[in-house]
Amino acid sequence: MKNKKNILYAVIAVVIFAALFALVNLGVLSRQYQGLLVPIGVNVMLAVSLNLIVGFLGELSLGHAGFMSVGAYAGCLFTVHANLPVFVELPLAFIIGGAAAAVFGLIIGIPALRLKGDYLAIVTLGFGEIIRSVFNSLDILGGSGGLKGIDKSSNYIMAYVLAVITILVIANLINSRHGRAIKAIRDNVIAAESVGVNVVYYKILAFVLSAFFAGVAGVLYGHNLAILKPATFDFNKSIEILVMVVLGGMGNIPGSIIAAVILTVLPEAMRSLADYRMLFYAIALIVMMLFSSNPTLVAFRQRVFKKKAKEVK
Amino acid sequence: MQSFITFIQQFINGLSLGSVYALMALGYTMVYGIAKMLNFAHGDIIMVGAYTVSVVCSVLGMSPAVAVAASVVVCTVLGVTIEKIAYKPLRSASPLAVLITAIGVSYFLQSVALLIFGSNAKKVQSVVSLSSIKIANIDLSGVALLIIGVTVLIMICLSLFINCTKVGKAMLAVSEDKGAAELMGINVNATISLTFAIGSALAAVAGVLFVSSYGYVDPYTGALPGIKAFVAAVLGGIGSIPGAMLGGIILGIIESLSKAYISTDLADAIVFGVLIVVLLVKPTGMLGKKKITKV
Repeated sequence: MKNKKNILYAVIAVVIFAALFALVNLGVLSRQYQGLLVPIGVNVMLAVSLNLIVGFLGELSLGHAGFMSVGAYAGCLFTVHANLPVFVELPLAFIIGGAAAAVFGLIIGIPALRLKGDYLAIVTLGFGEIIRSVFNSLDILGGSGGLKGIDKSSNYIMAYVLAVITILVIANLINSRHGRAIKAIRDNVIAAESVGVNVVYYKILAFVLSAFFAGVAGVLYGHNLAILKPATFDFNKSIEILVMVVLGGMGNIPGSIIAAVILTVLPEAMRSLADYRMLFYAIALIVMMLFSSNPTLVAFRQRVFKKKAKEVK
Repeated sequence: MQSFITFIQQFINGLSLGSVYALMALGYTMVYGIAKMLNFAHGDIIMVGAYTVSVVCSVLGMSPAVAVAASVVVCTVLGVTIEKIAYKPLRSASPLAVLITAIGVSYFLQSVALLIFGSNAKKVQSVVSLSSIKIANIDLSGVALLIIGVTVLIMICLSLFINCTKVGKAMLAVSEDKGAAELMGINVNATISLTFAIGSALAAVAGVLFVSSYGYVDPYTGALPGIKAFVAAVLGGIGSIPGAMLGGIILGIIESLSKAYISTDLADAIVFGVLIVVLLVKPTGMLGKKKITKV
């Protein structure tokens, strides 16, 4: 059964890739939309990796942009200074960026053991702000002017492959013994602990893994834009990723992917409504939460969609 | 001597900034104590208060006193409305859902302000104009002293209100145990609404004081001070009113001194660094009570 599913997913991945390849090479996609392919990949990776913390571990991280910026700066500094051939340099940069972000994930994961809920959310937020102001004041990283001179060496195939790897790793983790442990911690820490789940280990694992992929996404982002500015990795960026996770459904990986794609393409397709983008995000967050958590609205939704039997909780 | 004078001036600046943080932190801590939620939109209520002052003063040409009163009324109504629409339906929901909703509300206020007023900072004429006072060669800004004075006055009134009136005691009871309070005949919903009203009114005052000393307002004015005020509340121990005052003032002094002596860029990093260290050493903050989770 599981094998069949995996084969199905592999086929889907190949078909989507073939479709993408055809669309790009036959010139169906305009330049404007081709330019969106890498950002889509970046956002898919960010949303799926944040979903691991928010959706599956059940802790709110408001510093995902911080992890992304650590990875981006580490990876891009490497490619700027190491003059290796692109096919050696870039994979190394991805690993370095991911590893640097993972180290910070570990650092943030440790307070996560003592804190939870609102406190942890505010610590991750503080972390993001600290990273941003430190990057702003460091001259080797270009200060507030930004890190310039990064090769624009990423392309959509790379973005696609990286996004698929991210999804594969996180989806497989979630469906494994480890993933069930993580979900158990979300549902009830005390109960999970008393059946022998190592809460410390799994919390840190989730943070490190999530940070790793955010870092890799950051490296990809840097090599697409060719410039890194600390100001782009602010609190708003973290919220944007959070909106993708919430809109797609917390704890639902396909949902995150779809939401990430839509929220990357939509602003581009509706340029004239750009001013209303933030307003849309805000309303989306509030309405999604009301519909998913208010008892009356949940009952109403279940009546309408006839999903009584499949109660989540 | 000169360096001592600068230090005193920075200290007073920090005290005045800290007073504003303390006023905002009171709103966070009262709401957290009673509704057990982090009202992320609190900072943006400050921004609304500041815009109200600017509109009433500059556009309608009313006197500053009217502007302050209008700002308090607008923010109070706004705070209660937000509670009714966004937070009340989620009272039994998971803390994560409530927190995300609160972030949504904060974003909503910011983007509405952005659509109405544009992203450019608006100059706000100071509600009060005081010349600086000179004490023993030290120039003290009049506005800073006024802010400190107003804050002290408000805190005394608030402490008296909470500890000596029936309604205030009801608030304490609800924050202690919602169920038991309800059994004792306290109207929990009304008490929560009242808490939001008081918190938002304090936010309006904080907003007025904040723009009086900074002189401008934009849609994001409230965001960072709001987060710092929450940091102050956490630092002092969330849910504790003296803690919020203490945390706010300490945070203001730390920020002001690190801006003066270390680096303007890194001041925010230092503020958040302090928060992380405090939470790691004492997760309940300085004056917070420890809670034991029972199965």
